[in-house]
Amino acid sequence: MRSRHPVAWILLLLGGLTMVMPFVFMLATSLKDNSEIYDLALLPKSPTLDNYIAILSTSRFPRWFAVSAIVATATTVSVLFFDSLVGYTLAKFRFRGRGLVFVLILSTLMIPTEMLVIPWYVMAKSMGWLDTVWGIMFPGMVTGFGVFLMRQFFTGVPDELIDAARVDGLNEFGIFWRVALPLVTPALSALAIFTFLGNWTAFLWPLIVTTSPNLYTVPVGLASLSGEFQTDWEMIMTGASIAVLPTLVVFMVLQRNIITGIMMTGLKG
Amino acid sequence: MAARLTLAQKQSVWAWGFLAVPLGYFALVRFWPAVDGFFLSLTRWNLVGPRVFVGIENYRRLVGDPVFWQVLGNTFWYLLLGLPISLGLAFVIAYHLDRVRYGQGLIRALYFVPHLTTATAMAWVWRWFYQPPPVGVFNGWLVWLGFSAQPFLRSTSQALPAVLAPAIWAALGFQVVIFLAGIRAIPRSYYEAAEIDGAGSWQILRAITLPLLRPTFVFLFITTSIGFLRIFDYVYNMTPGGEGGPLNATRPLVLNIYQTAFARMDMGYASAQTVVLFAILLILSLLQLRLLGERK
Repeated sequence: MRSRHPVAWILLLLGGLTMVMPFVFMLATSLKDNSEIYDLALLPKSPTLDNYIAILSTSRFPRWFAVSAIVATATTVSVLFFDSLVGYTLAKFRFRGRGLVFVLILSTLMIPTEMLVIPWYVMAKSMGWLDTVWGIMFPGMVTGFGVFLMRQFFTGVPDELIDAARVDGLNEFGIFWRVALPLVTPALSALAIFTFLGNWTAFLWPLIVTTSPNLYTVPVGLASLSGEFQTDWEMIMTGASIAVLPTLVVFMVLQRNIITGIMMTGLKG
Repeated sequence: MAARLTLAQKQSVWAWGFLAVPLGYFALVRFWPAVDGFFLSLTRWNLVGPRVFVGIENYRRLVGDPVFWQVLGNTFWYLLLGLPISLGLAFVIAYHLDRVRYGQGLIRALYFVPHLTTATAMAWVWRWFYQPPPVGVFNGWLVWLGFSAQPFLRSTSQALPAVLAPAIWAALGFQVVIFLAGIRAIPRSYYEAAEIDGAGSWQILRAITLPLLRPTFVFLFITTSIGFLRIFDYVYNMTPGGEGGPLNATRPLVLNIYQTAFARMDMGYASAQTVVLFAILLILSLLQLRLLGERK
């Protein structure tokens, strides 16, 4: 089946290069001086980091990075722990009501976020969570999809191992934590990458729950900043570059894990 | 017997102990808000005063609201244009990429990058591309090639496809990767047998690849549809004031929900729209179960 069709290869490569053109334009323009912005030439004649210095020193970008990093990290830790604990329980314990619990958790996947944001907002308002880091992250602390995924992987862990650990005198949490969990690290790392990136790029809920610029996440901050810059496109491109660069770095480092993770789980980033 | 029973009871206690916190969480942060959303759709409420029960008044209002119908129409235009274009492109790319020997990983990565990056940031990059001359890159090229400049985001007819383009661009990598996984899961022996029988590559595609990819197509058909029906980030960031203009020409349902709830504080009316969205997505999910169930 393998062919070395040079025309197909060249077309595929050209298509791929077209796909990354927006990034090239964004980065090239962020290095341009304001006088060069109307110049169609892609590369700046005298590249400068002035735009970056200006944005990082005058805007709240560093602060938004901190908020996004805290939200994404805390959410990821919580999701990894609770989703795998529930997935393990549903895969390896026999108890009454197991089927019902599984169906209930699965059914949460049918409820779209957009239907929940208004009740979440009402809840956050009455609890005093508006404009807080907890307010941004509370809707994502446990996910139905992660439970479903981890359950599938824990099903593949042999029962003999668990029984042996039980005979050795480990308690049930010890068995989960020290015996079962280390056996599903590929699934855990896929879930970790996608939960982190999903929270890093999330827009609708952080936009709704925050009104104070001190608590914006990177996407919300970028949207408001870009609105203020109006036609200073080189500044908008600089802000976009700052927002996108971490995701590009993560992708370059973890490229294989991410793509095999998607192939293995059908996970949507 | 008594000892085994104790073990089963012990297991049960551990299980419910592990489930207690997450189940409480799901009850409070998924199920209760979903129920609350339905209730809200039956009320008139501006977030400050009391909730007034109005029955199906909000739904009646939806039926007679021209903006709602326009918005629903836009949402389906995103779907009807986006779905065939993105799945068609993704399949052709994946089909050929599967046969590539050199640099397959690199080329796959190029297609995949847009999927992982922040939509908000890339929306502004595309917004800049569409600007009138001499700012926008697209118009710069058009003028350079001797065509006349296009209004793109400023035209009621061009704006929707212009906003859709980056959404397709961002989703493509995911679809290519899923198609690749589906194509690779087809046993090599099928192809070898077909080649021995003297089948050409076109016949193999029609008789083997496409039928065996049916579950992949169904999965992508549904996830992609849901993605386009929920489009928000690109429209919010590519239209002035995040309003889905010009003249609501690009405004999708989710943006209308956002505006109704958080700009006009019309919580009940916005909730009724979320129920409509929920119903549409539910129908799609049930369709997926049915389409995948048929074969088994």
